[in-house]
Amino acid sequence: MAAQSFWAYRRENGRAGVRNHVIILPLDDLSNAACEAVANNIKGTLALPHAYGRLQFGEDLELFFRTLIGIGSNPNVAACVVIGIEPGWTNRIVEGVAKTGKPVAGFSIEGNGDISTIAAASRRAQEFVQWASELRREECSINDLFVSVKCGESDTTSGLASNPAVGNLIDKLDPLGVTTCFGETSEITGAEQICKERAATPEVGEKFMRTWNAYNDVIEQFKTDDLSESQPTKGNIAGGLTTIEEKAFGNLQKIGKRTKYIDVLEPAEAPSKGGGLYFMDTSSAAAECVTLQAAAGFVVHLFPTGQGNVIGNPIEPVIKLTGNPKTARTMGEHIDLDVSGILRREMTLDVAGDALIDITIRTCNGRLTAAESLGHREFVMTKLYRSA
Amino acid sequence: MTTHFLVHDNTDTVGVVAVENVQPGQDLSGWVMETDETISVKAMDAIPLGHKIALADIKEGDTLIKYGHDIGRSIANIGKGHHVHVHNAKTKRW
Repeated sequence: MAAQSFWAYRRENGRAGVRNHVIILPLDDLSNAACEAVANNIKGTLALPHAYGRLQFGEDLELFFRTLIGIGSNPNVAACVVIGIEPGWTNRIVEGVAKTGKPVAGFSIEGNGDISTIAAASRRAQEFVQWASELRREECSINDLFVSVKCGESDTTSGLASNPAVGNLIDKLDPLGVTTCFGETSEITGAEQICKERAATPEVGEKFMRTWNAYNDVIEQFKTDDLSESQPTKGNIAGGLTTIEEKAFGNLQKIGKRTKYIDVLEPAEAPSKGGGLYFMDTSSAAAECVTLQAAAGFVVHLFPTGQGNVIGNPIEPVIKLTGNPKTARTMGEHIDLDVSGILRREMTLDVAGDALIDITIRTCNGRLTAAESLGHREFVMTKLYRSA
Repeated sequence: MTTHFLVHDNTDTVGVVAVENVQPGQDLSGWVMETDETISVKAMDAIPLGHKIALADIKEGDTLIKYGHDIGRSIANIGKGHHVHVHNAKTKRW
Protein backbone atom coordinates (compact mmCIF):
# COMPACT_ATOMS: atom_id res chain seq x y z
CA MET A 1 0.00 0.00 0.00
CA ALA A 2 1.14 3.49 0.84
CA ALA A 3 4.81 4.42 0.56
CA GLN A 4 6.35 5.40 3.88
CA SER A 5 8.89 7.90 2.55
CA PHE A 6 9.82 10.20 -0.31
CA TRP A 7 12.97 12.03 -1.45
CA ALA A 8 13.00 15.76 -0.90
CA TYR A 9 15.07 18.84 -0.09
CA ARG A 10 15.19 19.43 3.68
CA ARG A 11 14.85 23.20 4.16
CA GLU A 12 16.34 25.36 6.91
CA ASN A 13 13.03 25.34 8.84
CA GLY A 14 12.71 21.54 8.68
CA ARG A 15 10.06 21.41 5.94
CA ALA A 16 10.47 19.06 2.95
CA GLY A 17 10.46 20.54 -0.56
CA VAL A 18 9.90 18.40 -3.65
CA ARG A 19 11.24 21.01 -6.08
CA ASN A 20 14.29 23.25 -5.86
CA HIS A 21 13.21 26.54 -7.45
CA VAL A 22 15.06 29.85 -7.21
CA ILE A 23 12.28 32.35 -7.78
CA ILE A 24 12.39 36.00 -8.86
CA LEU A 25 9.31 37.42 -7.16
CA PRO A 26 7.84 40.80 -8.12
CA LEU A 27 6.29 42.83 -5.31
CA ASP A 28 4.02 44.51 -7.83
CA ASP A 29 2.94 44.64 -11.47
CA LEU A 30 5.53 47.37 -12.18
CA SER A 31 8.39 45.02 -11.29
CA ASN A 32 7.39 42.15 -13.59
CA ALA A 33 9.66 43.35 -16.42
CA ALA A 34 12.74 43.48 -14.18
CA CYS A 35 11.97 40.05 -12.72
CA GLU A 36 11.56 38.53 -16.17
CA ALA A 37 14.86 40.13 -17.25
CA VAL A 38 16.67 38.59 -14.26
CA ALA A 39 15.15 35.18 -14.98
CA ASN A 40 16.29 35.56 -18.59
CA ASN A 41 19.83 36.47 -17.49
CA ILE A 42 20.22 33.68 -14.95
CA LYS A 43 19.24 30.24 -16.23
CA GLY A 44 17.51 27.95 -13.80
CA THR A 45 15.62 30.77 -12.07
CA LEU A 46 11.91 31.40 -12.41
CA ALA A 47 10.08 34.76 -12.52
CA LEU A 48 6.53 34.85 -11.15
CA PRO A 49 4.85 37.85 -12.80
CA HIS A 50 1.44 38.87 -11.46
CA ALA A 51 -1.06 41.71 -11.75
CA TYR A 52 -1.25 43.19 -8.24
CA GLY A 53 0.56 44.88 -5.35
CA ARG A 54 -0.43 48.52 -5.71
CA LEU A 55 -2.83 50.51 -3.50
CA GLN A 56 -4.41 47.44 -1.94
CA PHE A 57 -5.66 47.92 1.62
CA GLY A 58 -7.22 46.21 4.61
CA GLU A 59 -7.97 42.49 4.49
CA ASP A 60 -7.13 42.39 0.77
CA LEU A 61 -3.65 43.78 1.46
CA GLU A 62 -3.10 41.27 4.27
CA LEU A 63 -4.03 38.45 1.90
CA PHE A 64 -1.67 39.89 -0.71
CA PHE A 65 1.30 39.84 1.69
CA ARG A 66 0.35 36.42 3.09
CA THR A 67 0.26 35.05 -0.46
CA LEU A 68 3.59 36.47 -1.65
CA ILE A 69 5.42 35.69 1.59
CA GLY A 70 3.87 32.22 1.53
CA ILE A 71 5.02 31.57 -2.03
CA GLY A 72 8.57 32.66 -1.15
CA SER A 73 8.46 30.53 2.00
CA ASN A 74 7.15 27.37 0.28
CA PRO A 75 9.61 24.48 0.76
CA ASN A 76 9.70 23.95 -3.01
CA VAL A 77 11.57 27.28 -3.19
CA ALA A 78 15.29 27.05 -2.34
CA ALA A 79 15.98 30.78 -2.51
CA CYS A 80 14.14 33.93 -3.44
CA VAL A 81 14.92 37.30 -5.04
CA VAL A 82 12.27 39.98 -4.53
CA ILE A 83 12.05 43.08 -6.73
CA GLY A 84 9.63 45.94 -6.00
CA ILE A 85 9.08 49.49 -7.14
CA GLU A 86 10.02 50.85 -3.69
CA PRO A 87 11.94 49.36 -0.75
CA GLY A 88 9.31 49.43 2.03
CA TRP A 89 6.87 46.79 0.92
CA THR A 90 9.71 44.94 -0.87
CA ASN A 91 11.46 44.48 2.48
CA ARG A 92 8.23 43.35 4.10
CA ILE A 93 8.23 40.39 1.69
CA VAL A 94 11.96 39.79 2.23
CA GLU A 95 11.60 39.79 6.02
CA GLY A 96 8.61 37.46 5.86
CA VAL A 97 10.43 34.91 3.69
CA ALA A 98 13.64 35.26 5.75
CA LYS A 99 11.81 33.76 8.76
CA THR A 100 12.16 30.37 7.07
CA GLY A 101 15.97 30.76 7.17
CA LYS A 102 16.32 30.41 3.40
CA PRO A 103 18.44 32.80 1.29
CA VAL A 104 16.38 35.84 0.21
CA ALA A 105 17.33 39.28 -1.09
CA GLY A 106 15.31 42.35 -2.06
CA PHE A 107 15.93 45.04 -4.69
CA SER A 108 13.94 48.18 -5.49
CA ILE A 109 13.66 50.17 -8.66
CA GLU A 110 12.92 53.82 -7.68
CA GLY A 111 16.16 55.84 -7.71
CA ASN A 112 17.99 53.03 -9.51
CA GLY A 113 16.05 52.31 -12.68
CA ASP A 114 15.37 48.91 -14.19
CA ILE A 115 18.85 48.32 -15.66
CA SER A 116 20.89 48.78 -12.46
CA THR A 117 18.28 46.86 -10.48
CA ILE A 118 18.35 43.99 -12.94
CA ALA A 119 22.17 43.90 -12.82
CA ALA A 120 22.33 43.78 -9.01
CA ALA A 121 19.47 41.27 -8.70
CA SER A 122 20.99 39.09 -11.42
CA ARG A 123 24.30 38.81 -9.56
CA ARG A 124 22.51 37.68 -6.41
CA ALA A 125 20.23 35.31 -8.36
CA GLN A 126 23.32 33.71 -9.89
CA GLU A 127 24.82 33.08 -6.43
CA PHE A 128 21.51 31.60 -5.26
CA VAL A 129 21.02 29.27 -8.23
CA GLN A 130 24.59 27.95 -8.13
CA TRP A 131 24.22 27.33 -4.38
CA ALA A 132 20.85 25.63 -4.85
CA SER A 133 22.18 23.41 -7.61
CA GLU A 134 24.41 21.63 -5.07
CA LEU A 135 21.59 20.82 -2.64
CA ARG A 136 20.70 17.11 -2.55
CA ARG A 137 17.47 15.27 -1.85
CA GLU A 138 17.27 13.16 1.27
CA GLU A 139 14.79 10.53 2.39
CA CYS A 140 11.89 12.14 4.27
CA SER A 141 9.14 10.46 6.24
CA ILE A 142 5.70 10.42 4.61
CA ASN A 143 4.37 12.62 7.43
CA ASP A 144 6.59 15.45 6.11
CA LEU A 145 4.37 15.58 3.02
CA PHE A 146 1.84 18.40 2.39
CA VAL A 147 -0.70 17.58 -0.34
CA SER A 148 -3.40 19.94 -1.65
CA VAL A 149 -6.39 18.92 -3.76
CA LYS A 150 -8.76 20.80 -6.04
CA CYS A 151 -10.66 19.63 -9.13
CA GLY A 152 -11.43 21.53 -12.32
CA GLU A 153 -13.55 21.41 -15.48
CA SER A 154 -15.34 18.65 -13.63
CA ASP A 155 -18.00 16.50 -15.18
CA THR A 156 -20.01 13.61 -13.86
CA THR A 157 -17.03 11.27 -14.27
CA SER A 158 -15.22 13.42 -11.67
CA GLY A 159 -17.77 12.43 -9.02
CA LEU A 160 -17.72 8.80 -10.16
CA ALA A 161 -14.01 8.14 -10.56
CA SER A 162 -11.26 10.79 -10.33
CA ASN A 163 -12.51 12.61 -7.21
CA PRO A 164 -13.19 9.37 -5.27
CA ALA A 165 -9.66 8.21 -6.27
CA VAL A 166 -8.29 11.34 -4.55
CA GLY A 167 -10.57 10.60 -1.59
CA ASN A 168 -9.21 7.06 -1.41
CA LEU A 169 -5.66 8.49 -1.27
CA ILE A 170 -6.64 10.89 1.53
CA ASP A 171 -8.29 8.09 3.53
CA LYS A 172 -5.04 6.07 3.20
CA LEU A 173 -2.55 8.90 3.87
CA ASP A 174 -4.45 10.65 6.69
CA PRO A 175 -3.67 7.92 9.28
CA LEU A 176 0.04 8.25 8.34
CA GLY A 177 0.10 11.92 9.43
CA VAL A 178 0.20 13.53 5.99
CA THR A 179 -1.08 17.13 5.87
CA THR A 180 -3.79 17.62 3.23
CA CYS A 181 -6.02 20.49 2.15
CA PHE A 182 -9.22 20.99 0.19
CA GLY A 183 -11.04 24.26 -0.54
CA GLU A 184 -13.50 25.66 -3.12
CA THR A 185 -15.94 27.26 -0.68
CA SER A 186 -18.57 28.23 -3.27
CA GLU A 187 -18.45 24.81 -4.87
CA ILE A 188 -19.66 23.08 -1.74
CA THR A 189 -23.03 24.82 -2.16
CA GLY A 190 -25.76 22.20 -1.91
CA ALA A 191 -23.55 19.84 0.12
CA GLU A 192 -22.61 22.33 2.86
CA GLN A 193 -24.48 20.44 5.60
CA ILE A 194 -22.73 17.18 4.64
CA CYS A 195 -19.41 19.03 4.64
CA LYS A 196 -20.14 20.54 8.05
CA GLU A 197 -20.69 17.02 9.41
CA ARG A 198 -17.25 15.98 8.18
CA ALA A 199 -15.52 18.35 10.63
CA ALA A 200 -13.52 16.69 13.42
CA THR A 201 -15.36 18.71 16.10
CA PRO A 202 -18.62 20.72 16.21
CA GLU A 203 -16.56 23.92 16.66
CA VAL A 204 -14.65 23.30 13.42
CA GLY A 205 -17.96 22.50 11.70
CA GLU A 206 -19.41 25.84 12.88
CA LYS A 207 -16.28 27.62 11.65
CA PHE A 208 -16.80 25.99 8.25
CA MET A 209 -20.45 27.14 8.15
CA ARG A 210 -19.49 30.74 8.99
CA THR A 211 -16.95 30.66 6.15
CA TRP A 212 -19.40 29.13 3.70
CA ASN A 213 -22.18 31.57 4.67
CA ALA A 214 -19.88 34.58 4.21
CA TYR A 215 -18.91 33.40 0.71
CA ASN A 216 -22.53 32.66 -0.19
CA ASP A 217 -23.51 36.18 0.95
CA VAL A 218 -21.02 37.64 -1.56
CA ILE A 219 -22.52 35.52 -4.35
CA GLU A 220 -26.06 36.55 -3.36
CA GLN A 221 -24.96 40.22 -3.33
CA PHE A 222 -23.39 40.24 -6.79
CA LYS A 223 -25.29 37.60 -8.77
CA THR A 224 -27.39 38.64 -11.77
CA ASP A 225 -28.79 35.18 -12.56
CA ASP A 226 -28.55 31.60 -11.24
CA LEU A 227 -24.81 31.55 -12.15
CA SER A 228 -25.35 28.85 -14.76
CA GLU A 229 -22.29 28.79 -17.10
CA SER A 230 -20.17 30.35 -14.32
CA GLN A 231 -20.89 27.79 -11.59
CA PRO A 232 -21.37 25.17 -13.04
CA THR A 233 -19.08 26.32 -15.88
CA LYS A 234 -19.89 25.95 -19.54
CA GLY A 235 -17.42 23.03 -19.58
CA ASN A 236 -19.08 21.38 -16.58
CA ILE A 237 -22.44 21.59 -18.37
CA ALA A 238 -20.97 20.15 -21.59
CA GLY A 239 -19.75 17.27 -19.43
CA GLY A 240 -23.22 16.57 -18.05
CA LEU A 241 -23.25 18.47 -14.74
CA THR A 242 -26.54 20.35 -14.41
CA THR A 243 -26.60 22.12 -11.03
CA ILE A 244 -24.23 23.46 -8.38
CA GLU A 245 -25.66 20.92 -5.91
CA GLU A 246 -24.71 18.03 -8.20
CA LYS A 247 -21.24 19.52 -8.69
CA ALA A 248 -20.82 19.97 -4.93
CA PHE A 249 -21.55 16.34 -4.07
CA GLY A 250 -19.05 15.27 -6.74
CA ASN A 251 -16.51 17.75 -5.40
CA LEU A 252 -16.77 16.42 -1.84
CA GLN A 253 -15.80 12.92 -3.00
CA LYS A 254 -12.22 14.25 -2.89
CA ILE A 255 -12.08 14.08 0.91
CA GLY A 256 -12.80 10.39 1.01
CA LYS A 257 -15.27 8.44 3.08
CA ARG A 258 -13.71 8.60 6.56
CA THR A 259 -11.30 11.50 6.93
CA LYS A 260 -12.41 14.46 9.06
CA TYR A 261 -11.01 17.97 8.62
CA ILE A 262 -9.34 19.36 11.72
CA ASP A 263 -9.37 23.10 10.99
CA VAL A 264 -10.65 25.81 8.65
CA LEU A 265 -7.94 28.04 7.15
CA GLU A 266 -8.12 31.59 5.85
CA PRO A 267 -7.00 31.91 2.20
CA ALA A 268 -3.22 31.23 2.00
CA GLU A 269 -3.02 30.53 5.76
CA ALA A 270 -0.46 27.87 6.69
CA PRO A 271 -1.84 24.92 8.68
CA SER A 272 -0.77 24.95 12.32
CA LYS A 273 -2.44 21.95 13.96
CA GLY A 274 -0.14 19.22 12.70
CA GLY A 275 -0.87 16.46 10.23
CA GLY A 276 -4.43 15.96 9.02
CA LEU A 277 -7.00 17.32 6.60
CA TYR A 278 -7.69 21.08 6.47
CA PHE A 279 -10.40 23.08 4.71
CA MET A 280 -9.24 26.38 3.19
CA ASP A 281 -11.58 29.22 2.22
CA THR A 282 -10.86 29.66 -1.50
CA SER A 283 -12.43 30.55 -4.79
CA SER A 284 -13.29 27.57 -6.97
CA ALA A 285 -11.30 28.96 -9.91
CA ALA A 286 -8.42 26.54 -10.41
CA ALA A 287 -5.40 28.85 -10.56
CA GLU A 288 -6.64 31.05 -7.70
CA CYS A 289 -7.21 28.04 -5.45
CA VAL A 290 -3.92 26.25 -6.22
CA THR A 291 -1.96 29.50 -5.80
CA LEU A 292 -3.49 29.98 -2.33
CA GLN A 293 -2.68 26.39 -1.38
CA ALA A 294 0.91 26.78 -2.64
CA ALA A 295 1.17 29.96 -0.55
CA ALA A 296 0.05 27.98 2.52
CA GLY A 297 3.02 25.65 2.05
CA PHE A 298 1.54 22.66 0.19
CA VAL A 299 4.20 21.03 -1.99
CA VAL A 300 2.28 18.74 -4.35
CA HIS A 301 -1.21 19.10 -5.78
CA LEU A 302 -3.75 16.52 -6.97
CA PHE A 303 -6.07 17.83 -9.67
CA PRO A 304 -8.87 15.59 -10.94
CA THR A 305 -10.43 16.83 -14.17
CA GLY A 306 -13.36 15.66 -16.25
CA GLN A 307 -13.42 17.75 -19.42
CA GLY A 308 -9.70 18.57 -19.30
CA ASN A 309 -8.57 21.63 -17.34
CA VAL A 310 -4.87 22.10 -18.25
CA ILE A 311 -3.70 24.08 -15.18
CA GLY A 312 -0.23 24.01 -13.62
CA ASN A 313 1.48 26.08 -10.96
CA PRO A 314 5.01 27.55 -11.09
CA ILE A 315 6.21 26.13 -7.76
CA GLU A 316 3.76 23.38 -6.75
CA PRO A 317 3.64 20.43 -9.17
CA VAL A 318 0.05 19.72 -10.26
CA ILE A 319 -0.75 16.03 -10.89
CA LYS A 320 -3.75 15.54 -13.15
CA LEU A 321 -6.03 12.55 -13.22
CA THR A 322 -9.20 11.90 -15.16
CA GLY A 323 -12.00 9.36 -15.11
CA ASN A 324 -13.30 10.51 -18.49
CA PRO A 325 -12.17 8.05 -21.19
CA LYS A 326 -12.66 10.64 -23.94
CA THR A 327 -10.46 13.20 -22.13
CA ALA A 328 -7.82 10.52 -21.50
CA ARG A 329 -7.86 9.71 -25.21
CA THR A 330 -8.00 13.22 -26.68
CA MET A 331 -5.89 15.13 -24.11
CA GLY A 332 -3.43 12.46 -22.99
CA GLU A 333 -0.47 14.85 -22.82
CA HIS A 334 -2.16 16.65 -19.89
CA ILE A 335 -3.04 13.56 -17.86
CA ASP A 336 -0.68 11.95 -15.33
CA LEU A 337 -3.08 9.19 -14.29
CA ASP A 338 -6.01 7.69 -16.20
CA VAL A 339 -8.63 6.18 -13.88
CA SER A 340 -11.34 5.80 -16.53
CA GLY A 341 -11.16 2.02 -15.93
CA ILE A 342 -13.39 2.70 -12.90
CA LEU A 343 -16.26 3.54 -15.29
CA ARG A 344 -15.74 0.28 -17.19
CA ARG A 345 -15.54 -1.65 -13.88
CA GLU A 346 -12.00 -2.70 -14.86
CA MET A 347 -10.39 -0.76 -11.98
CA THR A 348 -11.50 -0.60 -8.35
CA LEU A 349 -11.32 2.59 -6.31
CA ASP A 350 -8.76 0.90 -4.08
CA VAL A 351 -6.47 0.20 -7.05
CA ALA A 352 -6.97 3.75 -8.36
CA GLY A 353 -6.07 5.20 -4.94
CA ASP A 354 -2.90 3.11 -4.79
CA ALA A 355 -1.93 4.17 -8.33
CA LEU A 356 -2.45 7.80 -7.32
CA ILE A 357 -0.25 7.38 -4.24
CA ASP A 358 2.42 5.84 -6.50
CA ILE A 359 2.39 8.71 -9.03
CA THR A 360 2.30 11.26 -6.19
CA ILE A 361 5.42 9.81 -4.55
CA ARG A 362 7.20 9.53 -7.92
CA THR A 363 6.32 13.17 -8.62
CA CYS A 364 7.64 14.20 -5.21
CA ASN A 365 10.83 12.26 -5.92
CA GLY A 366 11.39 14.37 -9.03
CA ARG A 367 9.24 13.09 -11.89
CA LEU A 368 7.95 16.04 -13.93
CA THR A 369 4.17 16.30 -14.16
CA ALA A 370 2.41 16.66 -17.49
CA ALA A 371 1.72 20.32 -16.62
CA GLU A 372 5.39 20.98 -15.74
CA SER A 373 6.61 19.41 -18.97
CA LEU A 374 4.14 21.55 -20.94
CA GLY A 375 5.23 24.74 -19.16
CA HIS A 376 1.98 25.46 -17.31
CA ARG A 377 2.76 28.04 -14.60
CA GLU A 378 -0.57 29.68 -13.79
CA PHE A 379 0.11 32.02 -10.87
CA VAL A 380 -3.04 33.93 -9.94
CA MET A 381 -3.48 35.83 -6.72
CA THR A 382 -6.90 36.23 -5.15
CA LYS A 383 -8.07 39.83 -4.89
CA LEU A 384 -10.93 40.47 -2.48
CA TYR A 385 -12.09 43.89 -3.73
CA ARG A 386 -11.04 47.02 -5.63
CA SER A 387 -7.85 48.89 -4.72
CA ALA A 388 -7.96 52.27 -3.04
CA MET B 1 -21.06 -7.24 -20.29
CA THR B 2 -20.90 -3.51 -20.96
CA THR B 3 -21.98 -1.18 -18.16
CA HIS B 4 -23.72 1.67 -19.99
CA PHE B 5 -24.55 3.82 -16.99
CA LEU B 6 -23.62 4.14 -13.32
CA VAL B 7 -25.77 5.03 -10.33
CA HIS B 8 -24.22 6.29 -7.10
CA ASP B 9 -26.96 5.33 -4.63
CA ASN B 10 -30.01 3.06 -4.79
CA THR B 11 -32.29 6.01 -3.94
CA ASP B 12 -31.06 8.04 -6.95
CA THR B 13 -33.60 9.05 -9.62
CA VAL B 14 -30.89 9.67 -12.24
CA GLY B 15 -27.95 7.64 -13.53
CA VAL B 16 -24.84 8.74 -15.47
CA VAL B 17 -24.13 7.41 -18.95
CA ALA B 18 -20.57 6.02 -18.92
CA VAL B 19 -20.15 5.12 -22.59
CA GLU B 20 -20.14 7.12 -25.82
CA ASN B 21 -22.93 7.07 -28.46
CA VAL B 22 -26.01 5.96 -26.49
CA GLN B 23 -28.93 6.02 -28.96
CA PRO B 24 -32.75 6.19 -28.48
CA GLY B 25 -34.26 2.73 -28.15
CA GLN B 26 -31.03 1.19 -26.86
CA ASP B 27 -31.37 -1.20 -23.92
CA LEU B 28 -28.90 -0.06 -21.26
CA SER B 29 -27.39 -1.95 -18.37
CA GLY B 30 -26.57 0.05 -15.22
CA TRP B 31 -24.48 -0.57 -12.10
CA VAL B 32 -25.70 0.74 -8.74
CA MET B 33 -22.39 1.33 -6.97
CA GLU B 34 -23.70 1.53 -3.40
CA THR B 35 -25.51 -1.83 -3.51
CA ASP B 36 -23.58 -3.48 -6.40
CA GLU B 37 -26.88 -4.23 -8.18
CA THR B 38 -27.40 -4.32 -11.94
CA ILE B 39 -30.47 -2.57 -13.38
CA SER B 40 -31.73 -1.96 -16.93
CA VAL B 41 -33.37 1.03 -18.60
CA LYS B 42 -34.25 1.67 -22.26
CA ALA B 43 -32.78 4.96 -23.51
CA MET B 44 -35.43 7.28 -25.00
CA ASP B 45 -32.97 9.97 -26.19
CA ALA B 46 -29.41 10.11 -27.52
CA ILE B 47 -27.47 10.76 -24.32
CA PRO B 48 -23.79 11.84 -24.40
CA LEU B 49 -21.09 10.32 -22.19
CA GLY B 50 -21.35 11.79 -18.68
CA HIS B 51 -24.93 13.02 -19.08
CA LYS B 52 -27.81 11.84 -16.94
CA ILE B 53 -30.66 9.44 -17.69
CA ALA B 54 -33.95 9.36 -15.76
CA LEU B 55 -34.33 6.05 -13.91
CA ALA B 56 -38.08 6.54 -13.35
CA ASP B 57 -40.81 8.93 -14.52
CA ILE B 58 -40.10 12.33 -12.96
CA LYS B 59 -42.84 14.97 -12.61
CA GLU B 60 -42.31 18.71 -13.05
CA GLY B 61 -41.17 20.17 -9.72
CA ASP B 62 -39.83 16.87 -8.36
CA THR B 63 -36.56 16.89 -6.46
CA LEU B 64 -33.80 15.11 -8.37
CA ILE B 65 -31.80 12.64 -6.29
CA LYS B 66 -28.15 11.73 -7.00
CA TYR B 67 -25.52 10.56 -4.49
CA GLY B 68 -28.63 9.89 -2.36
CA HIS B 69 -29.08 13.68 -2.03
CA ASP B 70 -31.07 16.61 -3.45
CA ILE B 71 -29.24 17.98 -6.52
CA GLY B 72 -32.02 20.30 -7.79
CA ARG B 73 -35.52 20.15 -9.31
CA SER B 74 -37.09 19.19 -12.61
CA ILE B 75 -38.72 22.01 -14.59
CA ALA B 76 -40.64 19.64 -16.91
CA ASN B 77 -42.09 16.15 -16.83
CA ILE B 78 -39.26 13.74 -17.65
CA GLY B 79 -40.10 10.18 -18.73
CA LYS B 80 -38.01 7.21 -17.69
CA GLY B 81 -35.04 6.77 -20.05
CA HIS B 82 -34.93 10.42 -21.12
CA HIS B 83 -31.98 12.81 -20.97
CA VAL B 84 -31.92 14.94 -17.78
CA HIS B 85 -29.98 18.19 -18.10
CA VAL B 86 -30.26 22.00 -18.16
CA HIS B 87 -33.28 21.88 -20.52
CA ASN B 88 -35.43 20.11 -17.91
CA ALA B 89 -33.62 20.53 -14.57
CA LYS B 90 -32.45 23.45 -12.46
CA THR B 91 -30.66 24.35 -9.23
CA LYS B 92 -32.65 25.21 -6.09
CA ARG B 93 -29.88 27.61 -5.05
CA TRP B 94 -28.81 31.06 -6.23
